[in-house]
Amino acid sequence: MPKVHLEKENKTLNIQARTIAELLKKLKLNPTIYLVTVNGELVTENYKLKNKDKIKILPVVSGG
Amino acid sequence: MCKFCKTNPVIILQNSSISLCSSCFTKYFEKKVFKTIRKFKLIDKKDTIIVGVSGGKDSLTILNILAKLAETKRDLKIKAILIDEGIKNYRNITIKDAQKFCKEKKISLYIYSFKKEFGYTLDEMVKKLKLNPCIICGILRRYLLNKKSRLLGAKKLATGHHLDDESQSILMNQFKNNLELSARLGPITGVARFKNFIPRIKPLYLLTEKETATYAFLKKFNHKYVECPYSKDCFRNDIRDFLNDFENKYPGSKHGLIFSFLSVLPLLKEKYKEEKVHYCKSCKEPCAKEICNACEIIKKLRS
Repeated sequence: MPKVHLEKENKTLNIQARTIAELLKKLKLNPTIYLVTVNGELVTENYKLKNKDKIKILPVVSGG
Repeated sequence: MCKFCKTNPVIILQNSSISLCSSCFTKYFEKKVFKTIRKFKLIDKKDTIIVGVSGGKDSLTILNILAKLAETKRDLKIKAILIDEGIKNYRNITIKDAQKFCKEKKISLYIYSFKKEFGYTLDEMVKKLKLNPCIICGILRRYLLNKKSRLLGAKKLATGHHLDDESQSILMNQFKNNLELSARLGPITGVARFKNFIPRIKPLYLLTEKETATYAFLKKFNHKYVECPYSKDCFRNDIRDFLNDFENKYPGSKHGLIFSFLSVLPLLKEKYKEEKVHYCKSCKEPCAKEICNACEIIKKLRS
């Protein structure tokens, strides 16, 4: 199951999803305001997830 | 796949649904900033541009692109200015990012603090004045940015405001029935408004926050999420969340808001033309009334 790290909350979860779009939907996150990396590389919502993928979800909104 | 080179994409552009890889996106982004500069005549060949930086992704992005532009235009000078408001566990972190960036790019960075200029940090002001911190911060930051940029020889003050920031401001002013404030928005503001007033330019005006964050990530500018402790309850955040939800449901809404605003902006500027020039009786800086808002706050602090 892919490991998902949420940068803003600083927590890691294991979530089953076929694509990044599905993953964001499961997490109830708006895709227009997050960047997602898989194994350190930036990907789009269409990326198909593999079992050993390490995912990071980064908010694009500045905290100021 | 990337629309142009068929490699792995890093972004799908919200407004057009076009997928771009890292290399094509970087070119697209920089080209769009340069096009914005030309379209709205933001920069003249011999300008000295002071870039207001915070150390965050938006300001480092615009500083990087303007420094790149200056490499090709010999007479264009770029410097950076940072205002340290004195917000514990926030500004001290982003200052380090700005210093590191400017050192690497060999850009002069000038730092001015509320503590040194006004005698108090923002944290101390909030305790003493019991006023909305975002209002105090906004007034004093704008005051220092204008005054110090002018003393540094600026012809223009560039900021990292992007399409998301502007669309939020437009909607905030609509909701508060304050069109006079909207008349002061746009990609370039304050042109020859007052003597001593440095015009402000927003070269990221037509780029979204997600595009800006993508560019900053690809360029390996620090992307740490550091939240201002005062930002949680402000009106802008509610408007931002509303607009982001709307954009997700109806892609292109923010662009629609910006372009329709640009069509009516000349009419707003005509309607709210400022004819009477005021200079603060206390500090001689340009302002809208006899005593400027910054001096009013300083007076309250010292009473």
